[in-house]
Parts: sequence; C-alpha cells; structure tokens
Amino acid sequence: MISFTVNGRKRAYKGPPFKRLIDVLREDFGLTGTKEGCGEGECGACTVLVDRKPVTSCLVPVCQMEGRRIETVESLGREQRLGPLQSSFLEHGGAQCGFCTPGVLMTASVLPKSTAGDPLAIRRALSGHLCRCTGYQTIVESVAKAPRPKPRSRKR
Amino acid sequence: MLQIGASLKRADAPQKLSGTAKYIDDYRLPGCLHGATLRTAIAYGRITKINFAPTFPWDECVVARAADIPGTNNVLFIEADQPLLTEDLVMHPMQAILIVGHPDRARAYEALKHIKVEYEEREPVLSIADSLAKKQLLRGEDNVFKRHLIEKGDLAQGFAQADRIVEGEYRVPHQEQAYIENHGIASWVEPDGTIVVHGSLQCPYYVHKALVKTFALPPERVRVINAVTGGAFGGKEDYPSVIAGHAALLALKSGRPVKLIYDRQEDMSATTKRHPAVVRHKTGVSKDGRLLAQDIEVVMDGGAFATCSGVVLSRGTLHATGAYECPNVRVRASVVATNTPPNGAFRGFGVPQTIFAAELQMEKIAAALSLDSLELRRRNAWRVGAVTATGQKLQESVGALKCLELCARRGHYLRKRQLYARWNSRKGNPTWRGIGIALCPHGAGFTGSGEVTLASRAAVALTKSGAVRILAASTDLGQGAITIFTQIAAQALGLPPGLIEVEVPDTALVPNSGPTVASRTTMVIGGLIERAAGQLKDALAQAGGRAPRTRAALKKAAAALCGGRQELRFEVAYEKPADITWDDSLYRGEAYGVFSYAAVAVDLEVDRLTYEVRVRRVTTAQDIGKAINPALAKGQIMGGTLQALGYALFERAEFQGGWMRNSQFTNYIIPSFADAPPMEVLLVEEPYSRGPHGAKGLGEMPMDVPAPAVVAAIHDATGFWFSEIPVLPENICGKFRNAEKTK
Repeated sequence: MISFTVNGRKRAYKGPPFKRLIDVLREDFGLTGTKEGCGEGECGACTVLVDRKPVTSCLVPVCQMEGRRIETVESLGREQRLGPLQSSFLEHGGAQCGFCTPGVLMTASVLPKSTAGDPLAIRRALSGHLCRCTGYQTIVESVAKAPRPKPRSRKR
Repeated sequence: MLQIGASLKRADAPQKLSGTAKYIDDYRLPGCLHGATLRTAIAYGRITKINFAPTFPWDECVVARAADIPGTNNVLFIEADQPLLTEDLVMHPMQAILIVGHPDRARAYEALKHIKVEYEEREPVLSIADSLAKKQLLRGEDNVFKRHLIEKGDLAQGFAQADRIVEGEYRVPHQEQAYIENHGIASWVEPDGTIVVHGSLQCPYYVHKALVKTFALPPERVRVINAVTGGAFGGKEDYPSVIAGHAALLALKSGRPVKLIYDRQEDMSATTKRHPAVVRHKTGVSKDGRLLAQDIEVVMDGGAFATCSGVVLSRGTLHATGAYECPNVRVRASVVATNTPPNGAFRGFGVPQTIFAAELQMEKIAAALSLDSLELRRRNAWRVGAVTATGQKLQESVGALKCLELCARRGHYLRKRQLYARWNSRKGNPTWRGIGIALCPHGAGFTGSGEVTLASRAAVALTKSGAVRILAASTDLGQGAITIFTQIAAQALGLPPGLIEVEVPDTALVPNSGPTVASRTTMVIGGLIERAAGQLKDALAQAGGRAPRTRAALKKAAAALCGGRQELRFEVAYEKPADITWDDSLYRGEAYGVFSYAAVAVDLEVDRLTYEVRVRRVTTAQDIGKAINPALAKGQIMGGTLQALGYALFERAEFQGGWMRNSQFTNYIIPSFADAPPMEVLLVEEPYSRGPHGAKGLGEMPMDVPAPAVVAAIHDATGFWFSEIPVLPENICGKFRNAEKTK
C-alpha cells in the first residue's frame, strides 16, 4: 500500500506500483482536471505539485509517492469560486481551449518570488509548458497580474 | 448595455480553470472497451495475410473488422474514396486495418503486437514530382485529385508590356496542428439502435453524415455530440469521422461502450496535416513597380485520399495573387496523390502556402526594382474598387492599405531597417538584426457558392421556464464561439449575457449550422443568431408590449408566450445576398462575400555563432470588420501568429518512406514560452455591411502572413534569401558556408 495526500486529503493506493501518477489521479481518484498531452514530459499538461514542486505526472510511477503531498488543479479553487490565480487567467484571457491550463496553473502557483511582475522571468519559469492556442502572451499577463498569495508556512 | 465590442469574459473559462470542464477522456464509461487500431506498416501494396498469434488470449478481446461494417466501407466526406478499414489495398502507412477492443487500455495495445500482417509491397509514390511523373498511378489517369484555373486579362500582352520579368519558386512543408488534446471519441449504442458518438471534434454534422452511410442508418438513428475540445485548428475537421466510425463499429460489435483515445505519437503519425506545396511565380512588372502580369502555378501534395484537398487547393488558388491588383493573371493549380497519410484542414486552409510564395515574390520584385517592398505593396494593394483575379470588384471593407500603413508605422519598419543596417555592419555585435513585413487577404466564409450549398441553420429558443438558449452546431474549440454567440444574442435581445445559454452542439438538439471552419462562425452563424434573436425579441415585444430586461420579467413573458409548449424556437437559415454570383466552372465572380486583411512586421535577430533565430517582436494590424470581443480577437491573432512563427522557424515533419518519423513533441518542435516574442496586435475595423455589427472572418488569417515576413527579416539580417521553410539554424549556416566557399 502506498500512502500520500492529494489536495490535503489522505489517500491510500493499493494497485500496481508502477502505474503512472497521472493515471492514478484520473482513474483511481477521479481527479480528471490533470490532462495528458504527450505522455513523455514534453508538454507539461499533466503537471501537478509534489511537495510544492511541479512534476510531470505522466513520468512518475505512483510508488515514488509514499508520504508525499500532491496537489492538483482542483486544489486551486472551485468553478463557482475561483482562486486568485485562476481569476487572473479569467480576467486576462489566459485560457483558450483549456487543455494545457491546469498544468500551467500548477507551475504558476509556485513561481519563485524573483519572477514577480517580470515577463521574461515568467516565460523562462513556464517554458516547460506547451500551449498551441494563446501565443503565450495572455498567460504571461495572467501570471504577472495575479495577486501573490501569502507565503505558506514551510513545513518539512 | 452594449455587448458588442466589450471584452466579455470567456463563458467556459471557469470550468476550464478549475479542472471541471469535461474533455472526452474525462468521462467515465462503466464497462467500456478501449479501442486500439492496427495500422499498415507499408506505404503502398496489398495485405496478403493477417495472422493472430494463437498464444494470445483473444477471447479477452473484441475485434472489429471491415466485414463487420453494416453499410459502406468508406468515410464519406467530399468524396467517398477513403475506406474506414482497409481490406487489402494499402495506400499509405498508418492506414487502419482493424480495431481491437479490450477492457484494459494497455492490453488492447499489447494485443496489437500479437497480430502479424503480411504484405505484397509496391514501390510507393512519395513526392509531388514522382506523382506528377506518374511513377505509379494512384488516382484516376494522372494522380490529380483536383485542378483549378483562374484567368484574367491577356497574360502574353501583360508580359510584353513589362519592363522586368521576375521568376521564383517557393516550397512549404507539412505542418502538424499540434492541438494539446489528442484525438478521442467515445461511442455506444442506445437500446433503440441509435449510434451515439461523443468526442473531440469540430464539425458534428460532418461526422453524422459519414456515420449514416457507414452504418446504413436513417439520420435520426445517428447522434453526434461535441465534448469540450482541447484545440483543433482544422485537425479535427475530418479525421474524427474516421475515429467515430472505428469506435462505433466496435461498440456495435461488442454491445459495449467504447473509448478510442489516441496518444500523441499515433495522433501525429496517423492524422491529417497541412498540405506541402510548391508554388512558382512569373511576374511582369513596370519600372515604377506596377504589376502587369502574374503567372502562378501551385501544386499541393494531397496524400493518399481526397479528404478536403480540392477545397484547400481552391482557397489557396483564390489567394495566390496576394492582396494585389494585376490586370493579367493566370493561376494554375493542382493537388496530387502520394502514398502518405492524407493531408487535410489546418488554419489558413491553403492560404499560408500560397501567401508565402506571393509575399516572397513581392520581395524579389522589389529587390529587382531597387524599391522597398513596403512601397511596392503600397502601389499594388487592393483598394475599394479593385478587381481581383476572379473579376470580383471589391465594393467595401477593404482595409489592406490601412493594415499595411499602421503595421509599418507602429512596428517602426523603416526606422528599424536603417537602424539594423548600422547594427549589422558592426563586427563585434553578437547578432544580426532584421525586420520584414508582409500583407495578406483572407476570404471569410465558404468559397463561392459554398455557403449557399451549406444552407446553414441556427436558432434561438425561449423555454417556458424563461431560459434563452442558442442552438447551433458551431463548436467552441477554444476560439470563443460560446462567448461571441452569447454577446450577439444578448445585444439583439437587450438582455444581460448571464441570461443566455448556449446549447451543447449535439445533432439531436441543434440544427445543422455547417462546420466550424473557414473563419465563418462569427460572421455567418453569428449573423443567423442575430436574426433569430431579433425574431424572439419581436415576439416578446408583441406579447408584453415591452422587452423584458431581467430574469423575473423574462420568466413572466416566457410563461405567457410559450403557452403550453416546452419552448418557442426561432430558427433561421442562411440567405444568399442577391448580388453575389460565382461561377464554379470558370472560377469567375465573387469568390468571397468579403475579405479580411492582415499585415505583420517581424523583428528578429540571428545569432552570429549558432545561427539561431530569435524573434524579438511582432507587430500586426488586422482588419476584421468589427471585433465583437476585442480580447478574444487578440487572443486568436496572437495564437495564430505564433503557429505561423513555428511554421517559419521550427516545425519540420520528417517524412521517410511515407512516414512521419518525428511524431512526438520531443522532436517535432512547436514554439514554447521561451520562443514566443512579445506581440502588439492592432485591430482595424473596416465594417462589412453584411456581417453582424460589421464583423468579418478572423480565425485563420493570423496564420497566413507571418512566414514570409520572417524570411524577409532573415534576409534583412543576413543578406540571404530562403525560398523554403522552416529556416533552421543549419540552413542559415549552410548559406554562410556556401558563400565562403564561392568567395
């Protein structure tokens, strides 16, 4: 059995240990917000946070998740009550077809402070994500103009 | 409140941002089988034997084969030449042979490895040149799917009058649509025998039309539903009909629901791409830079089956002259068959190919005349009253020059030319810099009589509970159709947008509005919705004396107006403007009701050590008649522009033996955050009297025009011309090496 938390909730997983994290999230826990675009870590659509770090969940077997803290797009806010980063994407047109969006949001949610308001630094930090719709500029604006969340306590 | 011209927030964004939007693979289908497609491994020949390894437990699987098809074994689109499953003749690699279904997706793909197909191979036709030379006869008498010819004036006389004659040949490659969501379809059979297909697709009624034939069913026994679709760009125009046929066949045979979801590699190597093309220009021009004769030849590679190649070619042909007036023109165009996967629709639909050639030819002419190409464009660009190659006199809404001037000014085109000449002359600088400009028209809506043939319908309904619903088959692929339709209806009804819903495109619920293609959704279907909403408004006003403005008032009016009925529906159909005429046999007349226009200036630099190109800035001015929603319009323009920068600088599908060898994001490179330049988008609004609030088409045009501007900018930076894209660092390096050798 593999134990970890997903979006703050304790989860126990009992299936094949080498099942990809993305499949466990989508199939076993019904968290379909996380998307598969390429299955080889190139497009970033499947990005989730593992212990607050962005990880492409299509490349990670679930057996590496023991004791980890996993966060997906579903943790950022609800459809009727979007979080501040999501609201900024709504405001500045950061989503078009929406398929790359959950992954982009996850990486953007933990951007280092040094990128604040610096479009070039934001572009560099998000360069692991592919988007074919927007030309990226509205995503950069959405991230740059999002209100910064209060720093979380750093628990180890 | 004025809805038109306001940047209403995208209606479907909250679901997409919170992860609740349901794309096809997000649906749970209890008890479903996962389909996996066995595909041909050769380019041309015959299947002689299919062996199922006896060691594999085949009783776990359901196998759907051509023999199981109840109707006709083809995918009906414009023609019916493409088999749904091939039985013996192999026309291209990755052609579907049979579908294996298994409750476990990985096992379905595992099963494919235990099937061995034996072939009798023939020498394939893999290039336009081999197809034209009839190396093998793949199609008809000459391998040509379709030919088009445009003639205007007297070509010989035009050349005789010319002071200079300039010739050029230009080549463009395949391009992959590279939507981030791969193709996917789910299918099941209802107890009454209705086949239902749900999936990632652009054109529900295209899929419907194909399935009715494949399954020999009456139209009401086939239902096609659009799931939230993660990008399409033309790539989900015709191929979903293939996958839908496969999924439905397996569902029918197994009696279970079926999911058929492609992975990236299968998607890229099996499905349609932009047509490669060779375009030759011979232009006669006067000393002062007036075009006198244009002789243009276009040949496109259609791949193995017809798909929409003839129509792609048509649009390419009709844009082959660029946005320029010339008294004597001939355009000869053809699209030929090769043993490669069929090419199909991709944003621009033939125009990026021919505009690339037309705009670089303008550069070549300008160089021959020692004139700046901006000035050459100014002297020849369409104005109101100009007559196109098909004899269409442009009556209104011609923003070509306005776009060109605005783009040149705001992009600092002339100043940067001088500035960069100085920069490039300094030996110690790490880069060479350059700026290039280009201009294009884009005909909005279906070509010629296309809209009449489509006879699109759309409706606005008022339910007895007081909901206003828009009913159209147009899909939201990320471009914002739902939001635009809401704004148009809200404006017409004088209601807040929050009171208006857009129905899911589902053939059981919505009328046939035609396909979501050809930059037609806002202009044509938006126009229908405006009319239908106007009828509802009149009915409301007649019933209540005053149009309702609030939910409560609407509810009250709806109860009175609907009487005992569930809903009151106002459905309208496209009506051809009386003065538009088009002769499809002669290619004469009004090719499009109106053209949109775009100019772009690309500012870039080339690294002197690595020859890498970095685009520093893009400035573009686009005349779209009226921006219903400026934020969405700019989003479309920026996205399309970046796809075109990829076309010009990165994207090369490596074909060997008829196969795409780099069918992964690892090796088929699309632009990333790091590659994308800052963009300035300038909306020009030259209203079109027949578009809703003056709106014209927009979706495709941003893809048409940047590639030639990139090549012109690389020339400005390095002094070298490239007649083929993508221009990769090794190509630039090669030019410098050659230049050194010949020194």
